[in-house]
Amino acid sequence: MNELVFFINKGIFAGAIIGSIYALGAIGVTLIFGILRFAHFAHGDMMTLGAFVAYAMAAALAAAGVTAPLPLAMMMLPVVMLVTAGMAIGIDRAFYRPLRNAGARGIVLVMASIGVTLMLQGVIRLFAGPSSREMYFNERKDIFRIEVPGANQMITLTEPQIALFIVTAIAVVALHYFLSRSRLGKAMRAVSDNPSLAQVTGISIETVVRTTWIIGGGLAALAGTMLALDVSLKPDLSFNILLPIFAATIVGGIGQPYGAIAGGFVVGYAETLAVFNWSVLLRPIARMTDGAFEVPPSLAFVPTEYKLMVPFVLLIIILIYRPTGIFKGRVL
Amino acid sequence: MSLLEIRDLHAGYGQMMILKGVNLTLEEGEIGVIVGPNGAGKSTTLKAIFGMLNITAGSIHFDGRDITGMSPEKLAAHRIAMVPQEDNVFPTLTVHENLEMGAYTRRDDFSHVLDEIYALFPPLKDKRRQPAGELSGGQRQMVAFGRALMIEPKMILLDEPTAGLSPMYMSEIFDRVIAINKTGVTVAMVEQNAKQALAIAHKGFVLANGHNSYTDTGRALLDNPEVAKSFLGG
Ligand SMILES: Nc1ncnc2c1ncn2[C@@H]1O[C@H](COP(=O)(O)OP(=O)(O)OP(=O)(O)O)[C@@H](O)[C@H]1O
Ligand SMILES: [Mg+2]
Repeated sequence: MNELVFFINKGIFAGAIIGSIYALGAIGVTLIFGILRFAHFAHGDMMTLGAFVAYAMAAALAAAGVTAPLPLAMMMLPVVMLVTAGMAIGIDRAFYRPLRNAGARGIVLVMASIGVTLMLQGVIRLFAGPSSREMYFNERKDIFRIEVPGANQMITLTEPQIALFIVTAIAVVALHYFLSRSRLGKAMRAVSDNPSLAQVTGISIETVVRTTWIIGGGLAALAGTMLALDVSLKPDLSFNILLPIFAATIVGGIGQPYGAIAGGFVVGYAETLAVFNWSVLLRPIARMTDGAFEVPPSLAFVPTEYKLMVPFVLLIIILIYRPTGIFKGRVL
Repeated sequence: MSLLEIRDLHAGYGQMMILKGVNLTLEEGEIGVIVGPNGAGKSTTLKAIFGMLNITAGSIHFDGRDITGMSPEKLAAHRIAMVPQEDNVFPTLTVHENLEMGAYTRRDDFSHVLDEIYALFPPLKDKRRQPAGELSGGQRQMVAFGRALMIEPKMILLDEPTAGLSPMYMSEIFDRVIAINKTGVTVAMVEQNAKQALAIAHKGFVLANGHNSYTDTGRALLDNPEVAKSFLGG
């Protein structure tokens, strides 16, 4: 039984946690690609930016003596998302829009976004230094344990992890209703389908672009903050996350928001299960069969240090065998 | 006063000038047909009316107002709609959503217009929940028409509505154009199938080398031996 609990904690939950983060990031990347036709390399640092906005607000509130039933950074999430969305629009106005208006090709915008990534990293370090920080201020990180009969280990989830599942579910449902029911959401899909016809139809491309940044920036802030609450806030938060998010986007199908969600979880689980120590599950089977086979102490597909390889390999496999991704997206 | 009045229009893509003096007038309720060889600038003329390119000289007046270079968004408010030559539906949006997008600039209740369009194009009603990209060429053309009609336009610009359609669909589309025109909508249409199109036209324009070389009633152009010889294939 202990082994099963271990698998639930380290396999099922761990995959769902990182999968949610990837999904929230990949939705933004895929929407930006669908509307603006470029791969937004600064998306990881937009997450970091959002997390730092949350940190700054929580720190300010904590200093003012405010207390709340939930961690302050979590309480402030709606505001943090709005502020980050505003910053995303600002970045677009300052760096991407001038290029767009000058008729620059997609690759030029990709280059510009790499520039923005370097700039954001610099700015964040300038204000916050290179050290890692705790998102909790005089607050406890609540841990929820569920006892399992016949096991001395317990199923464990922390407060930010539960919150992450809840906000991800809300974000996905809200996005679905927005894209399938609202006038602006349908206009977004129309622009993604056929920008010149959208223009002929009288859809304001600028409004759609702004909406894209609001959703992309808001979800990036959400993912960044929740990740920082779960682990800790590091200025290089984005470094390990950008490749998996792009892999998730492509695996799901470029330009397909539902694909991005699926892709996020596929990449998250692939990564988690690749580094999972399978001998934990094999040992009881070996015991049951009276040691018919030998179980090595550690049996993972990929050593943990090489975790980042997993999305990369997945990406290559998808590009070779199904370049449109799961949900029939665009081909790069 | 004419509904549409284009005077000495010069326009092009960036530095490249394509239109060098197009003159075109349409009265309210007329069908105007623009014919001419490939690359003559027919599509370019429609795009210029629709504010999609750079106009260097000349003017476009609609209903007495200067609309030269006006954006598509504002033109919708003036009740002008356009059906482009290619890629004229949103392929992943359903038929119904395509029509709804046509009404994007409207803030009033447009459900009666939806009903009218489904009555005009009955096949669309059965396919309303299907993505437009999955329809046949002729049905896609109906979606494109329907989308444009959602603003209840005073004038509709059609760019080769029968291109690539079978003869059966072709006469069906021409019938629909006449039906739309009968409801009072002025039509400006570019057509490759020049003879059939001129036959339903009140006015015809032969465009060549960036300006109109012949302008007359549709009937007169059909009967003009020079036009017949150079542009209508004898
Ligand atoms: N987007 C564009 N950029 C640059 N030049 C263009 C563009 N579109 C068309 N042209 C050029 O403008 C000229 C006129 O093109 P236009 O599409 O108006 O022709 P057309 O009369 O509609 O021909 P067709 O019967 O083939 O549709 C052509 O020489 C074409 O190469
Ligand atoms: Mg053309």
